[in-house]
Amino acid sequence: MFNSSKVVGLPLSRIDGPLKVTGTAGYAAEYSAPDMLHGYVVCSTVATGTITKIDTSAAEAFPGVVKIYTYENRPKAAWRDSKWKDEVALPGHPLRPLNNDRILFDGQPVALVVADSFEAARDAAALVQVTYEAGEPHTDLAREQGDSYVPPVPRMQAFMPPKPRGDSEAAFAQAPHQISAEYTIEGEHHNPMELFATTAIRHEDGSYLIHDKSQGSQNSHDYICNIFSLDPETVVVRNSYVGGAFGSGLRPKHQLFFAVMASLDLKRSVRVEMSRQEMFYLTWRPTSIQTVSLAADDKGHLQSVMHHALHATSRYEDYQENVANWSGLAYKCDNVTISYEIAKLDVPTPGDMRAPGAATGITALETAMDELAYEVGIDPLELRVINFIHRDQNTDKDLTSKALHACYREGAERFGWSERSHEPRSMREGNELIGWGVATGIWEAQMSPAEAKVRLSSDGKLTVSAAASDIGTGTYTILGQLAAEAFDLSLSDVTVKIGDSSLPKTTVEGGSWTAASSGTAVQVAAKMVIATLLKAAQKIDNSPLAKATEEQVEVAEGRLVLETNHQVGIALSDIMAAAGLDEIEEHAKIEPDKSIQKKYSAYTHSAVFVEVRVDEELGQVRVTRVVDAVAAGRILNPKTARSQILGGVVMGIGMALHEEGMVDHRTGRIMNHNLAEYHVPAHADIEEIDVIFVEEDDDKASPIGVKGLGEIGIVGVAAAVSNAIFHATGSRIRSFPITIDKVLGATALESETLQ
Amino acid sequence: MDLSSQSHTAATCPVSLTINGEKRSFDLHPWVSLLDLLRGQLELTGTKKGCDHGQCGACTVMIDGERMNSCLKLAVSLDGAEITTIEGLGTPDNLHPMQKAFLEHDAYQCGYCTPGQICSAVALVKEGHAHERHEIREQMSGNLCRCGAYTNIADAIEEVMAADKAAPVREAAE
Repeated sequence: MFNSSKVVGLPLSRIDGPLKVTGTAGYAAEYSAPDMLHGYVVCSTVATGTITKIDTSAAEAFPGVVKIYTYENRPKAAWRDSKWKDEVALPGHPLRPLNNDRILFDGQPVALVVADSFEAARDAAALVQVTYEAGEPHTDLAREQGDSYVPPVPRMQAFMPPKPRGDSEAAFAQAPHQISAEYTIEGEHHNPMELFATTAIRHEDGSYLIHDKSQGSQNSHDYICNIFSLDPETVVVRNSYVGGAFGSGLRPKHQLFFAVMASLDLKRSVRVEMSRQEMFYLTWRPTSIQTVSLAADDKGHLQSVMHHALHATSRYEDYQENVANWSGLAYKCDNVTISYEIAKLDVPTPGDMRAPGAATGITALETAMDELAYEVGIDPLELRVINFIHRDQNTDKDLTSKALHACYREGAERFGWSERSHEPRSMREGNELIGWGVATGIWEAQMSPAEAKVRLSSDGKLTVSAAASDIGTGTYTILGQLAAEAFDLSLSDVTVKIGDSSLPKTTVEGGSWTAASSGTAVQVAAKMVIATLLKAAQKIDNSPLAKATEEQVEVAEGRLVLETNHQVGIALSDIMAAAGLDEIEEHAKIEPDKSIQKKYSAYTHSAVFVEVRVDEELGQVRVTRVVDAVAAGRILNPKTARSQILGGVVMGIGMALHEEGMVDHRTGRIMNHNLAEYHVPAHADIEEIDVIFVEEDDDKASPIGVKGLGEIGIVGVAAAVSNAIFHATGSRIRSFPITIDKVLGATALESETLQ
Repeated sequence: MDLSSQSHTAATCPVSLTINGEKRSFDLHPWVSLLDLLRGQLELTGTKKGCDHGQCGACTVMIDGERMNSCLKLAVSLDGAEITTIEGLGTPDNLHPMQKAFLEHDAYQCGYCTPGQICSAVALVKEGHAHERHEIREQMSGNLCRCGAYTNIADAIEEVMAADKAAPVREAAE
């Protein structure tokens, strides 16, 4: 069905690439206006308590300072909670910056200093004296487990565990092979390279152009209009280029509120850019504690799956993600119990971070599967293969497609898995123990409602527009490719306009749904333009297309022609001239097909193969090879698609080995709020990564055959790394990240038991 | 902290810098970093602020041909220096070979660390210390990329290094 592609499916370079490699792409903090002011945020230095006094006198006397905002003088904003709820808000009460004297987490904004230069605002911020009555912080999830609870208001019904099936306890007790273990994953911080920033440019008539770092310009737009009762027509929000986000930009951040608040109050343009330190006081991937119990028969067939997940949330909102449900659908098993709880801590509300829930839950499940393979005594890949199921047992639905067998097969072949020796500590080179691990990855293939416009000009060029975002994902390029394909044009004949709230409605860019959703909208809009062309063509006297239907025509070489006979047709320019049209523009609005959703579940899948080398004396782990074989339906652009997977794998390596927000639980404060002490993978950490896209035809997950790629790359990676470390060292480390101290401690024990 | 309000009324210092081949003179407060000078007053926003602490490399520029985190340099300390930023390497219509290699290898995603990566890579090639891929990785480790484009970045640099060996490429604008 998609075989005739000339543009779609090609590994084309990004159309926004020349701007990015020359530094000419403009990010949120890179716009300015005459007399623009600069805001700098003062953050709380306690994790819980009350502000007893704020002394701004020294800061106010600082040259260049225009105004300092605290809870005592903050301009009025919406009163109702509902006005503060953005498109992807959570159950609970959204944070209102400078709302009162209460402190709910470390680093909470307590003042905004506005000055005529960045330096003055920053330096004056250091002079704001805040006195607190600090409470006793509760930030340790392990200690707060006793107060965990099932979220009373589900964020999404699908995040709640499925009903238990079979009798998992009895099946577990009766099975010949059982494993049960607890897995902990420390909190992670998104840390996109671009700092959160908003530049609110105020025009003379009081209207606004706001450049905001966000994964959805319309979400930011509606949020700010609701809070400040602004006429939506007078505000445009742009996120033309977004310097990474990974979920952190789904919900509006406080710098947007502050920039607009100060601008409205002072009637000047204002920019507020966060510091890197502040970026650690925002949304984060919550600390989690999970228990997975698996049982199998002698051949490895799963008899029982039990998965309990617990993660942190804040005092003011119930963050929820689908952590454990994956365990009920990853493999065939008739006895399954899944449970899920959250616990309140004195922390900022966690949020979605690349593959939210799946990255966490599948790390536990896939490590447990490896443990089970060793318990049963079969190859870990074989265990996964024999428990394969082409059905979603959680919802009892068929799957739109699942080319996971191909992932296992092609990935194993590329990696050389058949050369693996089963026993731990059986592969070694010099000082280094070598380990090979495997894991399965799963993510949802989702679609959201989306709109797009396609405009054909009389010069034969196309313009695509939608409020979609490109956070590094390649949205500009793939939307251009889809439009070009429909009109038999090259990518350079298409202009793509996205990242602007005034363009056709699009949801936030998240969940890997943008390509499927906005891509479908562009394809439908293109078809509508062709339908309009056909109608116009049929009005021409003796039209050769007089009897043709929409399904029978296509555009080829600048002509509207019969699909079956390209000789029969009319030049687009002639059709438009005859109709007296300079341009044809159509606006498509698409929605996921509910009848398909009723019958099918749709997921992307992957098989991740990892080689680690562990220095036995130093405990240093290097991930020397990764093969990630992915089944994600149709690949629109193998070049940008591959990059998405590479990025996921790299973040997965960070999750496995490096990344953790370290909190001093005595003060409730994060200690490593900088990029030197919160280690994200660097060049030296990343060696070979091989990406395979297996063939997968799917005409149900989305009309254009796309399943999405933003998340799947990270899923399973941390488990595959931990499984490889077990294979290398013989020690099972169930606490992530697997840092050197843990490896040394565990391998020392392992060596002792071997002696 | 005792920052008296006098400090911000302190005298400015005259500074001359050659930026992307153009000689410029400024009167600057001593606390203005090269990064803030570039991004602020000069609107050369190709140089990025990622941490302001010398930890991420997004602000890498070349100072007298050597790569440097511009957030760690006070502009007034650079009197007489030649600065090359990403804008001095090439334009969308006339890309530097390293920019072209980044484009072709998809050695970026969001693009925010990219100017720093490219400046660092251009200087790395010039330094001539990196020959093997593992040396490139080691010597590029001051430039973080959260999108995880590392393998593509190394591919791009390897390609430029190979071409450079075969035939010296165009020098960076200085």
